[in-house]
Amino acid sequence: MEAKNKAIAAATAVAALSMVLAGCAGGGGTAADNGTGKTTITYWASNQGTSLDNDKQVLTPILQEFTKQTGITVDLEVIGWNDLQTRIQTAVTSGQGPDVVNIGNTWGAAFQSTGAFAQFDGKNASAIGGLDRFVKTALDAGGAPGKTPTSVPLYGLAYGLYYNKAMFAAAQLQPPTTWDELVTDAKKLTHGDQWGLTLAAGSYTENIHFAFLTSAQNGGEFYDASGKPTFDTPENVAGIKRYLDLMQLHKAANPADAQYDNASSSAADLASGKAAMFLSQNNADSTLKADGMKPGDWGVVPLPAPGDAKAQISTFPAGINISVFDYTKHLPQALEFVKYMTSPDVQAKLAVPYSVLPVLGSADAKFTTDADEAKVFMDAYQNRSKPLPQVASEGDFESTIGKGISGLFAQIATGKTVTDADISAMLDNAQQQVEAAG
Amino acid sequence: MSATAPARISPGHVTDPPDAAPRRRLRSRWWLPYVLLVPAVVFELLVHLIPMVTGIWISLVKLTQQYLRNWSEAPFLGLGNYRVSLDVHGAVGRALLQSFLITCAFTVLVVGIAWIAGMAAAVALQRKFPGRGLFRTLFLVPYAIPIYAGIIAWKFMLQKDTGALNHLLFDNLGLPGEKPFWLIGGNAFWSLVIVAIWRLWPFAFLMLMAGMQSVPEDLYEASAVDGAKPFRQWRSITVPMLRPVNVVLVLVMFLWTFNDFNTPFVLFGKTAQPPAGDLISFHIYNASFLTFNFGYGSAMSVLLLLFLLVVTVAYLLFVNRRSQRA
Repeated sequence: MEAKNKAIAAATAVAALSMVLAGCAGGGGTAADNGTGKTTITYWASNQGTSLDNDKQVLTPILQEFTKQTGITVDLEVIGWNDLQTRIQTAVTSGQGPDVVNIGNTWGAAFQSTGAFAQFDGKNASAIGGLDRFVKTALDAGGAPGKTPTSVPLYGLAYGLYYNKAMFAAAQLQPPTTWDELVTDAKKLTHGDQWGLTLAAGSYTENIHFAFLTSAQNGGEFYDASGKPTFDTPENVAGIKRYLDLMQLHKAANPADAQYDNASSSAADLASGKAAMFLSQNNADSTLKADGMKPGDWGVVPLPAPGDAKAQISTFPAGINISVFDYTKHLPQALEFVKYMTSPDVQAKLAVPYSVLPVLGSADAKFTTDADEAKVFMDAYQNRSKPLPQVASEGDFESTIGKGISGLFAQIATGKTVTDADISAMLDNAQQQVEAAG
Repeated sequence: MSATAPARISPGHVTDPPDAAPRRRLRSRWWLPYVLLVPAVVFELLVHLIPMVTGIWISLVKLTQQYLRNWSEAPFLGLGNYRVSLDVHGAVGRALLQSFLITCAFTVLVVGIAWIAGMAAAVALQRKFPGRGLFRTLFLVPYAIPIYAGIIAWKFMLQKDTGALNHLLFDNLGLPGEKPFWLIGGNAFWSLVIVAIWRLWPFAFLMLMAGMQSVPEDLYEASAVDGAKPFRQWRSITVPMLRPVNVVLVLVMFLWTFNDFNTPFVLFGKTAQPPAGDLISFHIYNASFLTFNFGYGSAMSVLLLLFLLVVTVAYLLFVNRRSQRA
């Protein structure tokens, strides 16, 4: 009996201890020696291709080549955009996660403020081949001004207005060069089941981007020079109203677009001929091809501005940056990997499958064979861009206003009228939330 | 222990009781039960108490993205997060209050209708008839389907242009007018209610059906002899006999529904929930993970916990007092 009790007590203790230890040892996907003497680093890639699997197919040969050159193995995980930010935050909080990670460049300043990422200062900067290799606009967009960058550009993206060439030809229209022409063309192209424009009106990220761009064309700012939010200004209200009116006043976009929570639904409408125009970043090329369009079926012009615009802004320098977590136990290998991914050779290889703009000063646009399209995006990126606010609360700015605009689109779609006062109230509400978050 | 164990005296001679030695051994091992309890206590601390205390602590600090890496550096705010969350004149407090009221209405409707549907089905299937097993199985299907798969099917059905519901109502049955949106605007609330009822009512059905198995058939027969009609039998026999089941069932359904996260999350998507479908768990999730403000998220969670605690205690006091009176 006593022996049995002892055995039970011992078994309980062992089980308890092992569970506690298992709990302590859980997670931790950081770099590890895989027992062969070679180093393995973990890389979280963002979803750039047509699917997560497509990304794996694109990246695997690139990573194998890196292993061949350096002996460093890369453990790849591709993460969808809906989860990426939360996953990175978890890694920041726990100090466990990948060694190298892709981030949206608009998150740059916020992640910089966490102090969880390796700084690309003198030694680290030279380990990745120097910072002066990058296009200045792209490098500046990924962090707060005057602070040491904690991420460097990997892929460049810019907004443009995609249009279906066949539909424009059938209507005997030229692509618009001003906002008024955009509205006129869109209205002419709207009849029956066909719409002039398709908007990802339920996507908070797309909505905030167009709020920012239309406001920038009006000369508006969402933050003052000291970094304080100034959301509810006449320029910002007018910019957002102009964007909403594409659906509300001009009725040139399908109210059902209010349910589109990502841009791929809009791309599908352009490809299927349900809509004639689509505002998007240049990586839509790969989505349109996947949806059955051939290069040449679509054309791209800069996002038009009103005739009396204060600034000819057509994009912000969007894109993907690459960062190294400072908890990594394999900093030299991680930096080596960043250098490799941003090398001209790899950049050229990835430009086509991901339809991205070059982030290296020396490189040409290779993502498309259409010289006009390449010129439009490169010109927008380098000459007609204004960075999104580079403040720590940028994420709050995007989510509060972006979701507010999704709500206004939902009101329009369900038959209500959105006025300037409604937009002003939404902006005021968003500002209070951002200020409360401090 | 020793005072209550008098030595047994056998006639003729005095001996040690036959189980005295094991008892002594047991006395010397007084600590064993406590040792055996240790793992349970440790895990209770790990799983419940420590996370709760951590949550309360987070609600007292300004834990934003900036401080996530080193929580201890987050500035102490005291009750600042609570003040902002409860200030109904401010944007954060107003949104929380609206979400709370929507959740209350949602809970009352879902629990009420799911209970009525569950009760009706359980009563209908109480008596044996051919095909009863088939109906029982059929009614439990929504409960058996994985949550995600079930709700995503609803999401497809509720689309405006391509959804089965609008197709049925407008294309097949020829209802006049524009096809409405079901997942944005005010209708989103009703979509949420319908999907949640669809998910929940089989549980009420299952519990009530199980409870009805223990109601003796004699009672119904005796009451029938006295002339009781089915409704009277249900009111005077079924409902009172099911009281213990109902007390627990309603409480559990209330807590599940009030805390429902999956339904809005899957139905509307992570980032596109309409204001009319802004249930409180989802609201707190957004405050925590979309704007990365864990201080507010935790303060709101603590407030939600307090509210649910008060409701639960009041409910249990109420039903216990009634049962004592009865």
